[in-house]
Amino acid sequence: MPAAVYLDHNATSPLRPAAFDAMVEALRAGGNPSSVHGVGRRARALVDAARRQVAALVGALPAELVFSSGGTEANNMALAGSCRRRVLVSAIEHDSVLKAAPNAEVVPVERSGVIDLAAFERQVMSGEPALVSVMLANNETGVLQPIAEIVRLARKAGALVHCDAVQAAGKVPVDLHGLGVDYLSLSAHKLGGPAGVGALVVRNGVRFRADRRGGGQESNRRAGTENVAGIVGFGVAAEAARAGLAAAALRDRLEQALRSIAPQARVFGAEAERLPNTTCVSMPGVAAATQVMALDLAGVCVSAGAACSSGKVHRSAVLAAMGVSDAEAGSAIRISSGWNSRAEDVDRLIAAWRDLYVRVGQSDIPKSQAA
Amino acid sequence: MSVLTQIRRNDQPIYLDYQATTPTDPRVLEAMMPYFIHKFGNPHSRSHSYGWEAEEAVEKARGQVAKLIGADEKEVIFTSGATESNNLAIRGVAEFYKDRKNHIVTTVTEHKCVLDTCRHLEQQGFEVTYLPVQKNGLIDLEALRAAVTDKTVVVSVMAVNNEIGVIQPLAEIGKICREKKTFFHTDAAQAAGKIPLDIEAMNIDLMSISGHKIYGPKGIGALYVRRKPRVRLVPLIVGGGQERGFRSGTLPTPLCVGLGEASEICLKEMDGEAKRLTKLQQRMLKGLQDRLPEIYVNGDLEHRIPGNLNISFAYVEGESLMMGIKSLSVSSGSACTSASLEPSYVLRALGVDEELAHTSLRIGLGRFTTEQEVDTAVDELVRHVNKLREMSPLWEMAQEGIDLKSIEWAAH
Repeated sequence: MPAAVYLDHNATSPLRPAAFDAMVEALRAGGNPSSVHGVGRRARALVDAARRQVAALVGALPAELVFSSGGTEANNMALAGSCRRRVLVSAIEHDSVLKAAPNAEVVPVERSGVIDLAAFERQVMSGEPALVSVMLANNETGVLQPIAEIVRLARKAGALVHCDAVQAAGKVPVDLHGLGVDYLSLSAHKLGGPAGVGALVVRNGVRFRADRRGGGQESNRRAGTENVAGIVGFGVAAEAARAGLAAAALRDRLEQALRSIAPQARVFGAEAERLPNTTCVSMPGVAAATQVMALDLAGVCVSAGAACSSGKVHRSAVLAAMGVSDAEAGSAIRISSGWNSRAEDVDRLIAAWRDLYVRVGQSDIPKSQAA
Repeated sequence: MSVLTQIRRNDQPIYLDYQATTPTDPRVLEAMMPYFIHKFGNPHSRSHSYGWEAEEAVEKARGQVAKLIGADEKEVIFTSGATESNNLAIRGVAEFYKDRKNHIVTTVTEHKCVLDTCRHLEQQGFEVTYLPVQKNGLIDLEALRAAVTDKTVVVSVMAVNNEIGVIQPLAEIGKICREKKTFFHTDAAQAAGKIPLDIEAMNIDLMSISGHKIYGPKGIGALYVRRKPRVRLVPLIVGGGQERGFRSGTLPTPLCVGLGEASEICLKEMDGEAKRLTKLQQRMLKGLQDRLPEIYVNGDLEHRIPGNLNISFAYVEGESLMMGIKSLSVSSGSACTSASLEPSYVLRALGVDEELAHTSLRIGLGRFTTEQEVDTAVDELVRHVNKLREMSPLWEMAQEGIDLKSIEWAAH
C-alpha cells in the first residue's frame, strides 16, 4: 500500500481529478489533430482550447506556446533553438539545462541561493551576446530568482533570456511579458497535469529553430503527433492552478515546528524569497537517505533531492553552490506540498520527523550515517 | 466485445483512418487508469513507495514492448513517439559515428520525419542516398546492396509504409546490412503489432515504435537499440540521464503502461486480427471493384498489411470525394501533410501519374472496424464516386473514348 501522505510535489504532483476526467474523454474521442476529417478537427479543437488555457497561466499568447513532451525537452529546445553560441547559466540550474549546454559559463549564486547579480552583470557584459538561462524557482530549495532584473541586465548586453519556470508555474504568478523573458519552459506534471507533456513559450518575434524534424505540427516548431489527451490535461490543470495558487501558511507552520523540535535544523534558502510549497531542511547528523526511508515507513513521502538524481548517492549541486558543507547537505531533505495537501498531512510529517529526531538525531551519530 | 463496441456511437462517422491514429483500446485505457490516479509517483523517485510502484510498472511495460519484437527489455527506451524515435535513431548514430562514417541510405517513400532528418544531416555534411521504389512500392534489394558502401553508417527503411501499407522485405534488408557491416534502422510505426517482427531474425539494430498507431496512447513511443553488437547514439534530449542516458525527462508512467499493454494485446491477437482484417480488406476491395470501373490500388496488394487500402478513383478529385463522404473518416494521404493539397510524394514515387495521384484515398481498417461498416463505406464511396463522375466532363469524354492525354488544353 502506498503511503497516505505525499509531500513530494516537486518530483511530480498527483493528477487533478478534473484533468483526469478531461483526459479520459479525450482518450475515448481519439483522432489525430492533423487529420482533415471531423474526428481530426475535434482533436485539433481540444488542443487549441488547452493552448489557450496554458497560455493564460503565464500571460502568453496561445501562438507563443509550443507543446513538448515535458520540461526537460522544453529546456533542451530553448537552448538549441536560440542559436546563440555563447550560453550563461546559473550554478543551480536543472540538469536538463546544464547538460544541454555543457560549455556554458556558470554564474555563481549567493549563500541565500539567489543568483549573484553583480557577477552576472560582469559576465554577461563581457563577450558576445549570449543566451542566458536562469530558472524562476529552484526545484530543491524553492528559492526564487530575480528574473526581471536579470532580463534588464541581459538586455543591456544584447542577450536573450530563457527561464525554466517548471517549478514556479502554478505555484506563484508567472507572467511572460512582465518578466520579459524570451523563452519560458513549463511542465504539466509539476502542477497537477499529466507527465509526458510540457511547453516551451517562445515570445512573439523571438528567433527559434526547431530541433525535431518531421511533420509540420506546432507551427513547424515541434514535429510529432500531438499528445492530445496529455495536452488537454495540461490545459485543465493550468486553469485550476491559476485559480488556486498556493499560500505559504503550511510551509511556514511546518518550518516553525521543525525548528522548535530541533533548533539546529536549517532551512536552506530561508532568507530568500521562496516558493510557498517547498522546504529544504536538514536534520543535523542524520543522513538524508535515513530520513526519507524512516519517513516512508511512517507513511510520509518526501525526497532527498531532485527525483531524477535521487537514486544516485551524490551531494546536491544546488546546496554546494550555496556554500553548504557536504556534511550538512547530506542531511537535507526536500518537503514539497501541492494542490491536494492538507494541514493534517503536514502534522503527520512533523510527528514522524520528531519521532525520528528523538530516536536518532539527538543520540551520537551512528557510524553508518556518518560516512 | 461489449466494451469494444462502445467505441463508436451510431451518429458518429465511420472511422477508416487507422494509419493516422487508432482509437485507444478500452483495455489499454483501463490498464492506464490507476497510474493516472492512485499510482501517480515519479518512477525516478527512489525514496518512497509511490516511486517504486511507478518504476515497477514502467519496467513491466518495457518488457511487454520488448516481447512484441523479440528484444531484451534492456534494449527498449521510451520516447515521446515515433517521430522522436526516428530523429533519435538516425541523428543519434550519424552523430556518434561521424568521425568514421558519413553516409546514410534511405528510401524516397519514408515518413517525413525520416526524410527531414536526413535532409538536415545532409546540411551537416553527411551524404544521403535516397533509394527509389518499384512500381509496387517495394525497394529493389540489388539497388540497396549497390548503394551501401564502407562509409554507410545506417540504412533506414520503413517496415510498412504509412500511405500504401506495403511491407518492405525486412529480413533481406537486414541480411544485406549485416553483411555490409552497417546498422539497420526501421521505422516500424505502422508495422509493430500488425505483422510479426523479430529483431534477431531480421537483423534489425534500431526500431521505432509508436503508441497511438497500435491502440495505445499518443505522446509515447519506443526505440529499440541493439546491445549486442552494441549500437551507440548521441542523445537528442539531455538532462537527468533517464533511459540509460539515451533520453532524459520524467517518464510518463501511465503512457508507458499504455504502450506496454497495447503491445501485449497486439502480440496476443495479431494472428486473429490479421485474418479478420484481410477478410474485411478483400470485402471492401471486391465491393468497390464490382461496382466501380477505373479504380486502381496503389502499392503491392500481397506484401501489404491487411488494414490498408490506397485507391485511386480515376476522374474524381480526392479532396472533393473526402469532403463529400462526411459519414466516413478517411484521408487523402498522410495526416502530417494532409493539410497541404500537394499530391502524395509516396504515390509519385510509385510512378502514379499526377492526375491519378490526386484521386486517391487512403482507407485504414482496424481492430474496431466491422463488416457492416465496410459495407456502408462501400455504398457511400460508390454513390459519391458515381455522383462526382457524372458531373465530370473528363469522365464524360473518357466514356466517349477520347484519349484525354492527346488533348492540348488552351492556356488560360
